[in-house]
Amino acid sequence: MSEAQQIPVTVLTGYLGSGKTTLLNRILSENHGRRYAVIVNEFGEIGIDNDLIVESDEEIYEMNNGCVCCTVRGDLIRVVEGLMRRPGRFDAILVETTGLADPAPVAQTFFMDDDVRSKTRLDAVVAMVDAKHLPLRLKDSREAEDQIAFADVVVLNKTDLVSADELREVEAAVRAINPSAKIHKTQRSGVALDEVLDRGAFDLKRALDNDPHFLEHEDHDHDHDHECGPDCGHDHHHHHHHGEASPIHDVSVQSISLRGGEMDPKKFFPWLEKTTQMDGPNILRLKGIIALKDDPDRYVVQGVHMLLEGDHQRAWKEDEKHESRLVFIGRDLDTERLKRTFEACQA
Amino acid sequence: MPTIAPLDLDGHCVTACWLGTVPHFALADGTVHRLDGGHKHVAAHDGLLAATPSLDGKKLIAGGEDGKVTVMAADGKVDIIAEMGRKWVSSVAAGPQGAIAYGSGRSAFVLMADGKTREFEHPRSVEGIAFAPKGLRIGIARYNGATLHFPAAQGKPTELEWAGAHMGITFSPDGNFVVTTMQENALHGWKLADGKHMRMTGYPAKVKSLSWGPRGRWLASSGAPAAIVWPFHSKDGPMGKAPLELGTRGDAMVTSVAFHPADEIVAIGYADGMVLAARCADQKEVLLRRPGKGAVSSLAWDAEGRRIAFGSEVGDCGVIDIAG
Repeated sequence: MSEAQQIPVTVLTGYLGSGKTTLLNRILSENHGRRYAVIVNEFGEIGIDNDLIVESDEEIYEMNNGCVCCTVRGDLIRVVEGLMRRPGRFDAILVETTGLADPAPVAQTFFMDDDVRSKTRLDAVVAMVDAKHLPLRLKDSREAEDQIAFADVVVLNKTDLVSADELREVEAAVRAINPSAKIHKTQRSGVALDEVLDRGAFDLKRALDNDPHFLEHEDHDHDHDHECGPDCGHDHHHHHHHGEASPIHDVSVQSISLRGGEMDPKKFFPWLEKTTQMDGPNILRLKGIIALKDDPDRYVVQGVHMLLEGDHQRAWKEDEKHESRLVFIGRDLDTERLKRTFEACQA
Repeated sequence: MPTIAPLDLDGHCVTACWLGTVPHFALADGTVHRLDGGHKHVAAHDGLLAATPSLDGKKLIAGGEDGKVTVMAADGKVDIIAEMGRKWVSSVAAGPQGAIAYGSGRSAFVLMADGKTREFEHPRSVEGIAFAPKGLRIGIARYNGATLHFPAAQGKPTELEWAGAHMGITFSPDGNFVVTTMQENALHGWKLADGKHMRMTGYPAKVKSLSWGPRGRWLASSGAPAAIVWPFHSKDGPMGKAPLELGTRGDAMVTSVAFHPADEIVAIGYADGMVLAARCADQKEVLLRRPGKGAVSSLAWDAEGRRIAFGSEVGDCGVIDIAG
């Protein structure tokens, strides 16, 4: 099946009370020209009666391949397969996860199951964050942090409940966990729907074009774990302090930005393979644009734990510097080793 | 030469089967079509997920997205036998003495001949459900194995463990083996007498269609560019034996298989819509249908073994008459 016929899937994560249901109700009721099939864990709070809302028990299945981080959502495989037998009723699928859910199995389902993969494509992972309660959530749970680390889009909701200073701190915390996510600040889940739907964040050809400043920030010393990425909204600018760990970011996710020159493909690919095999359980997401020696095209890669996907994206433009950039978001990663071994792959 | 009576429908055919001598086609949209002196159809469900004929071949049991379980008679009359609200009924099975089993979420239900329904709750989702051939016994495919219950009796279920997600389940016709299809590209089997494991691996794709040969001597499966047919002649099943590969093609995967009711011949449906028949003894093949519009999703022989009802993922269904 061609890409055009693949149904886009948006994954919506977020803690109880973060505003997920409000956003979901907007997606189901507002006129945005798309019909959504929605897979929820509990039908309960959604006030809209719609045949395309499917209640499903969250079933995490470990794959029997010896890889502990290779998990899928078994119920999603079944529900997506069922939905896709009656195409034409909807244009896109939205998966709402429970508050405490790890987003990785959901995302991995769309990479690991051949049937699901042939009929659908993961569009983006959207994390709803309650600006007021995030500091507390980050203190008492790992899931809140994982959800932000995993997200392509973070909706910082309920900004009216915090002061300007608090909001700055919360935003800095999100940035520190995930420098490459787009952040939208909003109240009452009032984010523009086109900022969360149809993002193409997992589309290698598109994702990095939507994000032209991907990793193009000032080079920092690599002696600290957290680096802030660019603020990617093109029409608004925020101030954040590069490289300063946020005061409320007392958690374990780190992001490591690597950059180098042209890579020797004979060294780079085995290195990337080995790194993801070894550090896979600790790598939540990775994204990169790689300049390969003697290759006129940009090579883009992305990964979720041990799953890797890479493709040629487009030709390097004449005025573009042939350099390689790679960002890891994860835990307990050895920055020094990653940097050293990455740089050793240079041609 | 085989002849084909086409029936072009609009939508994914979940189950093609026979009620008596009438071919039936249950579509994912919930309509059930039949060729009974002309094309007739009934809306049984709003969204149909699973359907299977009763063992006496007189009724069609179906479960759907609408949370209903229905029984349809040969005249098209539909009875609702259960309603689960908003939960999908994703698997159904037909048992001896008219028993019906269905799965929804983490529960399996058995409606017995006396009209009583028993519910069996499980810690994980009921992925597949099947009846044993004799006695009133059901098997549930689940995460990390299978669970067997005797619905008519109290007592602890039998747990068969094997790491991984098990999606479909079937009992051998002699009741000696249980085989599951897995999320991985593999089958797993247990010999019930001693719990011995059988690993059947090497498939390039997920196995979605299984069919037992006459007297349970073979088990045919999809999931490869040939029908993979495991020998179950001996008391230990296929352990240490290589399967037959029937109807091997270089350019299309097998998506559906159905054994002839009396002879060791398998009807094989492919991803491009082609249907072949192949014989176990000499692996001889006969082309029954040229490629069509979509993958063959279901195949069923009539009781005489003379005609095959076939359904596809896009709706080009029909009946093949072997004798022409």
